[in-house]
Amino acid sequence: MPKVTFIDAKDASRTINIPVGWSLMEGAVQNDVAGILAECGGGCACATCHVIVAPEWAERLPARSPAENDLLECTAVARTATSRLSCQIPISEALDGLVVRLPERQT
Amino acid sequence: MGPIVIVGAGQAGLQVAESLRKGGYEGALTLAGEERHPPYQRPPLSKKYLAGDFADERLYFRPLAHYAKLDVALALATRVAAIDRAGSRVLLADGTALPYEGLALTTGARVRPLPVPGGDLPGVCYLRGLDDAQRLQARLAAARRVVVIGGGFIGLEVAATARAQGCEVHVVEALERLMARVMPPLLSEFFANLHRARGVELHLATGVDAIVDTSPGLTVRLAGGAALPTDLVVAGIGVLPNQELAQAAGLDCAHGIVVDEFARTSDPRIVAAGDCTLHRNLRYARPHRLESVQNAVDQAKVAAATLLGKPQAYADLPWFWSDQYEVKLQMAGLSDGHDGYVLRGAPDPAGFSVFYFAAGRLVAVHSLNKPGDHMLARRLLASETPVTPAQAADVSFDLKTLLAA
Repeated sequence: MPKVTFIDAKDASRTINIPVGWSLMEGAVQNDVAGILAECGGGCACATCHVIVAPEWAERLPARSPAENDLLECTAVARTATSRLSCQIPISEALDGLVVRLPERQT
Repeated sequence: MGPIVIVGAGQAGLQVAESLRKGGYEGALTLAGEERHPPYQRPPLSKKYLAGDFADERLYFRPLAHYAKLDVALALATRVAAIDRAGSRVLLADGTALPYEGLALTTGARVRPLPVPGGDLPGVCYLRGLDDAQRLQARLAAARRVVVIGGGFIGLEVAATARAQGCEVHVVEALERLMARVMPPLLSEFFANLHRARGVELHLATGVDAIVDTSPGLTVRLAGGAALPTDLVVAGIGVLPNQELAQAAGLDCAHGIVVDEFARTSDPRIVAAGDCTLHRNLRYARPHRLESVQNAVDQAKVAAATLLGKPQAYADLPWFWSDQYEVKLQMAGLSDGHDGYVLRGAPDPAGFSVFYFAAGRLVAVHSLNKPGDHMLARRLLASETPVTPAQAADVSFDLKTLLAA
């Protein structure tokens, strides 16, 4: 299973395994990663599963949909160049080793 | 203080538990649920879960280990038989008594059964819980023809999923238009056209007389005499609040367990939250009963604060969504009582929003494939920022500038 590392706002990091085909958000929630709320359950509707992708990984992710792009304008912590909604990132073998940061808050 | 018992292990129940712990409550905490599943997300049940190939655990809000970490006794497959208020005890169906100092009722709602002959035939499915979804998913996979009774959110989401799987789909709606309770005619028409364009046959202003077993299939007899032979019937004609426990315990109930803006029932030691409540929200003059993720989460936080002795009045903005085909409908605020609306953008699937006004004040916004408009609308409505109909209708006007001001 691909490994993904989450680094929280206090620089504490945690690496978890996420099954291929799940979203990054689902992997985080099922592993009890604090800092991902996902109020809408992965519907790309609420902007509470915001992550900031490590720059070296940003280009390797599938492009943002217009909806995701719109929602990123509404995150609790302002978006950065590599911000994504984790519910919109499907995990694949190619993402083994992915590193993302968690914003300070989601609402 | 303590112990605290939460009856109902859905999204609201889980949120009460999480908020109690976050708020510093360290006493005994039991979360009791009638279903065999740990708390899970319902919205995907009529959408991607129903489409298949989706593991149950992906629906769970938290892994099971989380409950131990939170020190919550998760009592699944546990039915509560009664609330003994005089004895401050919750009585379980198996005879166990759970003493409480604080009690939260997050019992949710159940589907309204079809009130017609044959409404209880085995080929008639409903959709509320995960077990319902599993049964429906299996039947849907084997069905060629589907009749959906009820043109509301659940019925239309199921219709869209069934079409995507190649089924022949009929939708029967008793009212003259789709989602009539919550949508203006313009949006009902938009969704009617969308479903027709995808090959769904709509039967509006049409009642159902009976469902007849015509093995191996079923036949839906419509008022007016027409008959629809089908492999599967899915009924989505609304829900009933689970208020019987509260009622039997003598708590005030109307169409829902009556709670004030602090989520208190008529017994101040008992709070209630989520779909089961007829509640006050400081934003609105009259009480509402809402079936939504937002209400489950936000009202549960209010209920937990009350139990913690730090009451905070409920004043959160309601919001909802529905996914049908590739159209995401998002609603912010409540549009009941509006006296006019304007469109922002042309009404086509590329995306537009409808801004509702009452006496010149923005009260609600429905966005179709415009999540940015929706999120902005939530901020504008929550902060009661003045917006004029002219500003809302002008796509070249950046509504965000109103917030910054």
